[in-house]
Amino acid sequence: MTMTRTTRRRWVSRTILALMGGGVLLCMIPLVSVLYTLVLNGWKSISFRFLFGEWKPVGEEGGILHAIVGSFALLIVACVFAVPIGLAKGIFLAQRGHTKLAQITRLLLDVMSGIPAIIVGVFVFTVVVHKSGFSLGLGYSMISGGLALAIIMLPIFARTTEEALRSVPKSVDEAGLALGLPRRRVVLRIILRAAMPAVLTGMFLAIARVAGEAAPLLFTAFGSNEVPHNLKQAGKWPMQPVGSLPQLLFDYARQPFPELVQQAWGAALVLVVLILGTRLATNGIARWRYGRGEQ
Amino acid sequence: MTIATAPSSAPPSNVEARIAVGDLRAGFGNHEVLKSISLNIPGKALTAIMGPSGCGKSTFIRCINRLHEEIPTSWVTGSIKLDAQDVYAANVDPVELRRRIGMVFQRPNPFPTFSIFENVAVGLRLNGVKRRPIVRERVEQSLRKAALWDEVKDRLDKPGTGLSGGQQQRLCIARALAVEPEILLLDEPCSALDPIATERIEELLTELKREYTLLMVTHNIQQAARVADRTVFLLLGELVEEGPTGEMFTTPKDPRTESFISGRFG
Repeated sequence: MTMTRTTRRRWVSRTILALMGGGVLLCMIPLVSVLYTLVLNGWKSISFRFLFGEWKPVGEEGGILHAIVGSFALLIVACVFAVPIGLAKGIFLAQRGHTKLAQITRLLLDVMSGIPAIIVGVFVFTVVVHKSGFSLGLGYSMISGGLALAIIMLPIFARTTEEALRSVPKSVDEAGLALGLPRRRVVLRIILRAAMPAVLTGMFLAIARVAGEAAPLLFTAFGSNEVPHNLKQAGKWPMQPVGSLPQLLFDYARQPFPELVQQAWGAALVLVVLILGTRLATNGIARWRYGRGEQ
Repeated sequence: MTIATAPSSAPPSNVEARIAVGDLRAGFGNHEVLKSISLNIPGKALTAIMGPSGCGKSTFIRCINRLHEEIPTSWVTGSIKLDAQDVYAANVDPVELRRRIGMVFQRPNPFPTFSIFENVAVGLRLNGVKRRPIVRERVEQSLRKAALWDEVKDRLDKPGTGLSGGQQQRLCIARALAVEPEILLLDEPCSALDPIATERIEELLTELKREYTLLMVTHNIQQAARVADRTVFLLLGELVEEGPTGEMFTTPKDPRTESFISGRFG
């Protein structure tokens, strides 16, 4: 009796373990195969000239520096818009989360995060880029592209910031108040700092989410083969069209020239490595600067 | 949060009061936690508030530094006078008040991601004391008062959350002392600590009561007997008895006090 029950339990345990192991492997297949295909096809493109060379017409060996620099510039612009607003929203939601206004804000943010990226692109085109009607008429530019990315980043960053702030124990809040600090200082100087590793992680997640977006940039940043590197003209960059890695990938991968398709593979690899690299760097910085000594 | 000042009842004891509590009622929503507490608390002494769990001890001391009102649906009526000044008067800023009345909580709660030094310095810095030598001196002084300096002086830049539970609690005491309060409220400061850490905190409190007015919540009867000059016994939100600790433990006036200290309930 006891033996059979033990045996049966052992079998059930093994079966469940096998199922779970199989599930994990199944999930890993797409990830591993994507990375494998990327490295296999992309590594041939990687060279100093490819990474740091300027664009050249098909036939002459050109590089993708303009897209790399463009992507970074667009992400910086996006962060300039999305980070302060997202931080403010996150703090508001964490502090005044029970109010009607907060509930509505939260709902709107959730709706916003469900809007397809291409729609965001069209929206920014209509109200920012387009040179007539109600539009700001900024034209195809780094600012317009950054704005489109910021709109996609905002709900993600605001909600992760809210969660990060909420995860700081209530006792920390009370300890701050009991020291005779006004609530705003407790929130901005103590709670925000305690939540900083999680806030940074959230910011990175939002960046990683938009770093690979091509759709919202098509009508906004437009694309360009120029590297924005002429410092004398630095004041003009924000108002000029700019290229980016996802858009270069989108353009080149559809070309009939094998050379460009090969460059697209290279660009894809660079994009993935940059995202993974930034991710690891963020973790490193968060741990080094705000080391959480566990108890 | 509503405040109405009721006519304060006659002083309950003939102690010279640093803190005078008159007809204090407090609670949340429809629930009345404290039912008309009147009490005088002397300065430069340790007064213990003891009673079983849920009798309103914590709510009582949280009314004194007005931390109670930070909780939604909370309310308070009656008066609490600190040096004859009503802390609930309209012209009293709770933020200013809390600088005079420090507090140590049940669970050690050092600020996460702050170093040991920063934990003690933060109250000063955010209150406008910026000059480095002054901050350094005040941090060292506070850590010495909290009997922690020798253990942490070589690792002031390490995270405060990396210390042991007892050390964390002493860090929290140092943090509270750094802003130079006159009164220190302690909400069961030892309940999350082991006996050795508890003993160290108790020794520390015996030192601190020469300089500060200490008010400590405890559900530990022996602890009250060991360290308190005066003891207050609360039961279900009512003040049952208060007086010098020795008297209360040898000749309790109320049968409920006797039952509690002899361990028949609680």
